[in-house]
Amino acid sequence: MTSSKINKAHEPLFHLSKRDGIAFWKAWLIRIAAVALGLAVCGLVAYLFSDKLRTGKKTLEDFYYCFIKGAFGTERKLWKFLKNMAVLQCISLAVTPAFRMRFWNIGAEGQTLMGVWGAIAVAFYLGGKVPEWLLLIIMFAAALVCSAVWAVIPALFKARWNTNETLFTLMMNYVATYVVSYFLVVWVPSGSSALGKLKYGKLPPLPFGNQYLLIILISLAMTVLLYIYLRHSKHGYEISVVGESERTARYSGMNVGKVIIRTMVVSGLLCGLAGYLIGAGLDQSVNTESVGGQGFTAIMVSWLAKFNPLVMLLTAGLVSLLNSGAAQISQDLNVSGAFPDVIVGIILFFIIGSEFFINYRIVMSRKGHAGKEVLK
Amino acid sequence: MEKKMALSMRGITKRFGSVVANHNVDLDVYEGEILAVLGENGCGKTTLMNMLAGIYYPDEGKIFKDGQEAVIRSPKDAFDLKIGMIHQHFKLVDLFTAAENIVLGLKEEGRYDLNAVNSRVSAIAEKYGFHIDPQKKIYEMSVSEKQTVEIIKVLYRGADILILDEPTAVLTPQEIDRLFDVLRSMKADGKSIIIITHKLHEVLAVSDRVAILRKGEHVATVDTCDATESSLTEMMVGKKVSLNIDRIDPVNPETRLEIRHLNCLNDEGLPVVRDVSFTVNSGEILGIAGIAGSGQRELLEAIAGMQPIDSGEVIFINPKKNRPVTFFHKTLKKVKQLAAQGAFHDWNGNPVSFNGMGNALIRRLVGSGEVLFNEDEVIDLRNRTPLEIRELGIRLSFVPEDRLGMGLVGSMGITDNMMLRSYRKGHAGFVDRRQPRKLAEEIIRELEVSTPGVNTPVRRLSGGNVQKVLLGREIAFAPKVLMAAYPVRGLDINSSYTIYNLLNKQKKNGVAVIFVGEDLDVLLELCDRILVINSGAVTGIVDARTATKEEIGLLMTKTDTGKEAAQ
Repeated sequence: MTSSKINKAHEPLFHLSKRDGIAFWKAWLIRIAAVALGLAVCGLVAYLFSDKLRTGKKTLEDFYYCFIKGAFGTERKLWKFLKNMAVLQCISLAVTPAFRMRFWNIGAEGQTLMGVWGAIAVAFYLGGKVPEWLLLIIMFAAALVCSAVWAVIPALFKARWNTNETLFTLMMNYVATYVVSYFLVVWVPSGSSALGKLKYGKLPPLPFGNQYLLIILISLAMTVLLYIYLRHSKHGYEISVVGESERTARYSGMNVGKVIIRTMVVSGLLCGLAGYLIGAGLDQSVNTESVGGQGFTAIMVSWLAKFNPLVMLLTAGLVSLLNSGAAQISQDLNVSGAFPDVIVGIILFFIIGSEFFINYRIVMSRKGHAGKEVLK
Repeated sequence: MEKKMALSMRGITKRFGSVVANHNVDLDVYEGEILAVLGENGCGKTTLMNMLAGIYYPDEGKIFKDGQEAVIRSPKDAFDLKIGMIHQHFKLVDLFTAAENIVLGLKEEGRYDLNAVNSRVSAIAEKYGFHIDPQKKIYEMSVSEKQTVEIIKVLYRGADILILDEPTAVLTPQEIDRLFDVLRSMKADGKSIIIITHKLHEVLAVSDRVAILRKGEHVATVDTCDATESSLTEMMVGKKVSLNIDRIDPVNPETRLEIRHLNCLNDEGLPVVRDVSFTVNSGEILGIAGIAGSGQRELLEAIAGMQPIDSGEVIFINPKKNRPVTFFHKTLKKVKQLAAQGAFHDWNGNPVSFNGMGNALIRRLVGSGEVLFNEDEVIDLRNRTPLEIRELGIRLSFVPEDRLGMGLVGSMGITDNMMLRSYRKGHAGFVDRRQPRKLAEEIIRELEVSTPGVNTPVRRLSGGNVQKVLLGREIAFAPKVLMAAYPVRGLDINSSYTIYNLLNKQKKNGVAVIFVGEDLDVLLELCDRILVINSGAVTGIVDARTATKEEIGLLMTKTDTGKEAAQ
């Protein structure tokens, strides 16, 4: 009854098939091609948005040169780029242990902010009353404690009641923001809610080199330490097993809840360190934008590096490069302040999208049309 | 005898990534015959059939139905061609009745009339000799009843080609006989039946012809009447294999594990293990038989410390005669207590009582290994975690049925998987990968694991190699009790026999082995005693040397009179 209908059906034009593995160079070729494609699309978008480009006052070469100029244009820019990268790297390191455990902590923003707040709160209340060196130590401890508490609360709930950590950590970000808002109102009675630079509690720069060198070195040291922790410590091994399968972890005698809580404390401590670097090392102040979304960017940095701290130097560098380049573009090409975000978004979209083509292959149908052949 | 061709496949190829699941397969099915598709696990039987059912689309090749080329892109296309497949895992809505499930998704003309459906279902059932109540809900049904619903669902849609994927895997011998009767009456009605299986005796019992697949390729199709078990095996495996397991008698059996009135509840508070009592002896293999999901997993996990125990005891008798005192006894209080009971002696057999000795001296004597323990240690494992059990010095090994989800970490290499057992060793916070690496290399060499290297993720290994890694690790732990759940599931014949031999070797070394299996023929050949379990309760313990398959089959479905079956 339906055979004639069936025979008219065409086979699908193409289908996807999973790759079994891909050569190292091939994967990187795909990634580089993706960045190139992303940059090309950026150029196109910039052309549409920027009057200067359209009227010919600036050329596309100027546009692409901005990426280099933004990060390496002057010595000051270079150090600033390295500092931004160091802070981002530190927060990226913080989210990594939890991610390796498949604990989707997206609360690094709030955890870091609480670290900044903790350090600044100490400086605000104790500044001038205790020696500066002691103040810096108390600030450090406060930053660590505040961030760790912020990180461990969702972990406790996860371990005890198996709550969803993604929603929980996300919500904790908002709470952190409002905690900071609240204290800004308390601390700044004038009503502007903008806390000026505090006089006390500034992390002194190293006696040599650039003012940012200390932050950069700390971040590098943490990278190496975390790499060793994850790869060679018993804790790191437990994190990997729990991440792969909780049943396997229980089978081998691990206390899964304990591992989750301990790992989130480690994550929190690293956020606290980042918060301290921002609070005591850079800003000497706090506001709701102190972390500036880096807690979310860090998720991407960590993910792109496949949770490997060493590779993260590369991805954190790339993202920082894009950021400073984009900032340069908005300055040079006179486009809206939101334009840099568009640029970064487009390029990351292509990079993340390229992972699909690293994992899958598109197979075009080789056969012709499904004809009405008859078997005799 | 002139038969009419119902369906044929020509040059079918299907790849998944670099894995070729089917390569250039030709297959013919005639009207009114039962065709068995035989092959080892992973040889592409199910993939091939899924292409007929519209689940997969072939990369190359053509399918012809009644002489016309057919393109099957979806299960709906398959139904339009009157091809119906009964999958290994049933696809039924639990809360619906049989009849509701059967008409689910059908677009019939006219009013939805469940009474008419019921009577049509009953008519189909009567025609082929099924027993079914169309108004019974699925969750009240046994596995075999659910299967019946699946078959009728396909018949109701007018299928004249039925594909059954491993239909006997979950059935008892009696239920299998009944299923085969139904298949024969459908055949007499002119329907074509394709049955996927890897069990030889079933092929010989029910089919007219056998198509043999090996590594995704079609080896041959033979008439069943010309085939024997050994000729089929040879075609399936590609070389001659001997199918005998040698079974030695247990030597000096001593009780190692004693389970007394064990009860366990699942997450929902329903009993999953009910009043189970049995003993396991050194130097024997105790088989556990039962329909899948009858509480086997929970029972083993309860012993291993992973399943909370509601009541009952798990007594482990640790052979400690003439052994140095272990960690467990190193608390001074305990040592003195045991010494007062005369539990220690020196190397010459003289009792040691520690009378009048200072604590430091006792500690030194115990620590130096000069004092030996006199008695077997009796330990209740109840409600101890796996870690506590290990720290007590109890050598209990467990090969769980979920190899990559529980026994091993799929993304890690063999070395790191060895560490699951031993990573806590050493006091520093860092793991030592040298010993595990050595062990990994040893297992690869001894058990002939084929892997590119010790750090290749075990997920990438074949099922047989994964099992060798897991079993190898558990055996390396020098167990006193070795529990293995479905250790040959999904393994090819050669690997299966490797595993049987490994278990036998452990038995010979005096290990008490618990073997949960599904193939009754294997259980009867390999084990010394067989414990049969149904709905979490023991329905019998039989001597494997004298018991028959039918006897065990009856026990598998027997329910005790006093208690109601949980499912």
